[in-house]
Amino acid sequence: MSNNGNGRTNGSPRIGVYICHCGINIAAKVDVERVTRFAETLPGVVVSKEYKFMCSDPGQELIQKDIREHDLNRIVVASCSPLMHEETFRKATANAGLNPFYFQMANIREHVSWVTKDKDLGTEKAKALVAGAVRRVSLHQALEKKRVDVHPDVLIVGGGIAGIHAALTIANSGRKVLLVEREPTIGGHMAMFDKTFPTLDCAACILTPKMSQVKDHPNITLWSYSEVTKVDGFAGNFTIQVTRKPRYVNEDECVGCMLCIDSCVYKQARVDDEFNQGLSKRKPIYIPFPQATPPVVVIDPETCMQLSKGKCKQLCAEACEKHAIDFNQKEEVIEVQAGAIILATGFKTFNPMRIPEYGYGRYLNVYTSLEVERLVNASGPTGGEVVLRDGSKPKSIAIIHCVGSRDHKTNKYCSRVCCMYSLKLAHLMKERSNAEVYNFYIDMRTPGKGYEEFYDKLLEEGTHFIRGRVAEVTDWALTDAEEGKMIVRVEDTLVGMPRRIPVDMVILSVGLEAQPDADDVRRLFGVSCSKQGWFTERHPKLAPVSTATDGVFLAGACQGPKDIPDTVAQAGAAAAEALAMIDKGFVELEPNTAFIDEEVCSGCKSCIPMCPYTAIKRDDEKKVAVINEALCKGCGTCVATCPSGAAQQNLFLDEQIYEEIEGVLNYV
Amino acid sequence: MSKPKAGFNWFASCGGCEEAVVDLHEAILDVVAAVDIVFWPCAMDFKKDDVRAMRDGEMDVCFINGAIRTSEEEEIAHLLRRKTKIVIAFGSCSHMGGIPGLGNLFTRDEILEHDFTQSFSVVNPEKTYPQEVTKVPEGEVELPRFLDYVRSLNQVIDVDYYLPGCPPPVALLRNAVQAVLSGELPPRGTVLAPDKALCQECPRLDSKPDDLAITEFKRPQEIIIDEEKCLLAQGLLCLGPATRSGCGAPCVNGNMPCTGCLGPTSRVKDYGLSTMTVFASLFESKDEKEIDELVDKIVDPVGSFNRYSLPSTFLHRKANV
Repeated sequence: MSNNGNGRTNGSPRIGVYICHCGINIAAKVDVERVTRFAETLPGVVVSKEYKFMCSDPGQELIQKDIREHDLNRIVVASCSPLMHEETFRKATANAGLNPFYFQMANIREHVSWVTKDKDLGTEKAKALVAGAVRRVSLHQALEKKRVDVHPDVLIVGGGIAGIHAALTIANSGRKVLLVEREPTIGGHMAMFDKTFPTLDCAACILTPKMSQVKDHPNITLWSYSEVTKVDGFAGNFTIQVTRKPRYVNEDECVGCMLCIDSCVYKQARVDDEFNQGLSKRKPIYIPFPQATPPVVVIDPETCMQLSKGKCKQLCAEACEKHAIDFNQKEEVIEVQAGAIILATGFKTFNPMRIPEYGYGRYLNVYTSLEVERLVNASGPTGGEVVLRDGSKPKSIAIIHCVGSRDHKTNKYCSRVCCMYSLKLAHLMKERSNAEVYNFYIDMRTPGKGYEEFYDKLLEEGTHFIRGRVAEVTDWALTDAEEGKMIVRVEDTLVGMPRRIPVDMVILSVGLEAQPDADDVRRLFGVSCSKQGWFTERHPKLAPVSTATDGVFLAGACQGPKDIPDTVAQAGAAAAEALAMIDKGFVELEPNTAFIDEEVCSGCKSCIPMCPYTAIKRDDEKKVAVINEALCKGCGTCVATCPSGAAQQNLFLDEQIYEEIEGVLNYV
Repeated sequence: MSKPKAGFNWFASCGGCEEAVVDLHEAILDVVAAVDIVFWPCAMDFKKDDVRAMRDGEMDVCFINGAIRTSEEEEIAHLLRRKTKIVIAFGSCSHMGGIPGLGNLFTRDEILEHDFTQSFSVVNPEKTYPQEVTKVPEGEVELPRFLDYVRSLNQVIDVDYYLPGCPPPVALLRNAVQAVLSGELPPRGTVLAPDKALCQECPRLDSKPDDLAITEFKRPQEIIIDEEKCLLAQGLLCLGPATRSGCGAPCVNGNMPCTGCLGPTSRVKDYGLSTMTVFASLFESKDEKEIDELVDKIVDPVGSFNRYSLPSTFLHRKANV
């Protein structure tokens, strides 16, 4: 291995080029043989070979054998995206004793074969990319990865069932967790549900013990009514700014006795209760629900007399024996450190006002499924009694599936949970009200353990199933029987005729949508999201809870609609991923950091305000900019900014980039 | 030992570079004492044939200013290259294309049409254009061809060194002459000026904020310019951060922003791009619409960022269509 030293430049290039067929993934649209023969003619290329699957063990061994036999000091593999296998081939290169950064990948699958119809054109493009990679790799330098210690704490954003489960899993392993929830209580949507499908477990009975565990766990710090407002740093070492909104109640003192609520100057509750979906009223000082966690009251500054008008007898403060009420409480901004972050920010339900023909907001007795969850809940506004807004009992109930799902006008996707929760609600409504229940569905989708069986059970319970997308809900009666009712108009596709079903109550099975601020949140944490706003996993099959940002993981419905079992499973997976990272103790940083050539920096300071990681400071003595390598994430912003070329970036030196461009263009 | 032979020539430029030579003042006597000036059409009468008569490589050094726009300039450039050991591109026009290089924003036909039919001072109802060959009773007279676009000197012939500036600062010229005389020359292709940006020698650098954020652009005539404060911080388009130093910042000392005549450092391939990028990076607003509005306030972006360098950037020229 005379020439395989790891010097910075490593002598004159002796390049090995390897062209991958990727089965027929590449070979169908690229003449691999021709590309291989072409690569042989490029300057510095010593060997050029093709192989069916370069990423396989024999493929990697081929590279290693050639490095030893032909004294290669530079490697180019033309195959798939670097995201897939750059690390694989770097390792293969390193295993043969070469610095792994003497490697360059040309992407001739995603960039060529998958997007090219004509094989000749595909071959030509592949040749150009290989030519660029060969020119570039000639200028590669040996680099070392840096190891950085990992902060052992984990931040979890969102305190629904996903966040709760992930927090408990991590805390039980002995690691510390900070759970940040923006609502006054954790519990999320699950806390609002009555029963869960298909086992009909009481949601609160299985959730609230977990909520208490969170509150009492020595390894969990719970900050409710708080939001993450800034994230800096990188995998293993995040610095997170959390803004704690004032709840005007000292959290450490309040015991949740609720005497303050009873003594509020508002004798009658007048404000729509958010937790009960506006089906009941609350006071300006309130607790979302009896098992709220933390069990601390909160004051709504918009409706509280003292906070909105500055004038009140402050009876609540008087009633509090712990003197916990503090009208002067201010927003607090706290900075915390964490090694890993789990996003579990959940979903929101579809707003059915967007489908006006279903009458929500127009007809009093059209409800959303989430409202009905509260209605049938024993701790809900009616104590679990199914009554309409006028207090009467419904004799007939329509449940309309796919509201805001599988609909080209709203959301094209299936929300995955609506069929099952509609069946559950059908069962509960039948049980509680003995009304006739009609399910209007497009297709019944019940894959899952015990789900189809649950559907079978419902079919035997005397619930009606009508297959067809509902056209409208109207109060325009055509017959006496329809008078005073809402009529569901639908084409029954099994019978093959339009039907009119008069009912007293309509339940809209609303779909799941991404949180309205998903785009802000994804920017904050540096993850991407789909067009619909669902956070994107790193790989749909092989890295379902990781994101494109190392150290940031996903759990629950923020990644896409899913039910509770899937959410909990995913939360466990995210917890395991976070723990695996933390228990390793260190992260390896890609050596693509920027550096300033002090000799030529004019000290113009242009780069300093550009750095998103505040990694650049000015050395006032030398009058040059200095980059703190530990803070640099290699985003390249300063390099692009530097007007005199004094800032450069490893792996992306100007000369390397120009060389690659010229390699490609010269061929073309 | 005979004295080294030197030449000076003037292509498409304003003549300011010739002034720079004269600006050596008394030092020019040292130059004349040290070298034989064998070619200097601006100062003395030389003909093309005088150059042709020289041996190849007879001149030790030739300082060539001006860009290349005509067929005659191109021809003489090749001729001088043959007759000279060390060709020094002298001044911005020769180095990067200079102010004449802004002509590349227009096609050759557009320029001819404007200058010979539309210009305020022209009356030409017959639309008479200059011809390369014109027959007169005495025979044929020839004019050089007006080429399609302006080129910097190194786009026409090999250039050994560059003396940047509009005109080149006297100190740099003095250093260059000394280097030639002593034979202690840097690698071929070097720009004979410090390779750091101007901010390093700017007297106002300390007043430049660490977190400079551009909220508006001002032109010098629109404001009373503070004489101490960083000009960028006053909203002026000062190109100091992107431009080579070595001039001693006379413009900034004269309370005017740097316009970039010394061109980029050795590490930058496209001067205009790097200047535009640094300004674009420093905009305070992150809102696309506000940024667009701010950009629209830059009067003549090409003339601002590529005032001396258009032919040598990636923009290069307007294509003939």
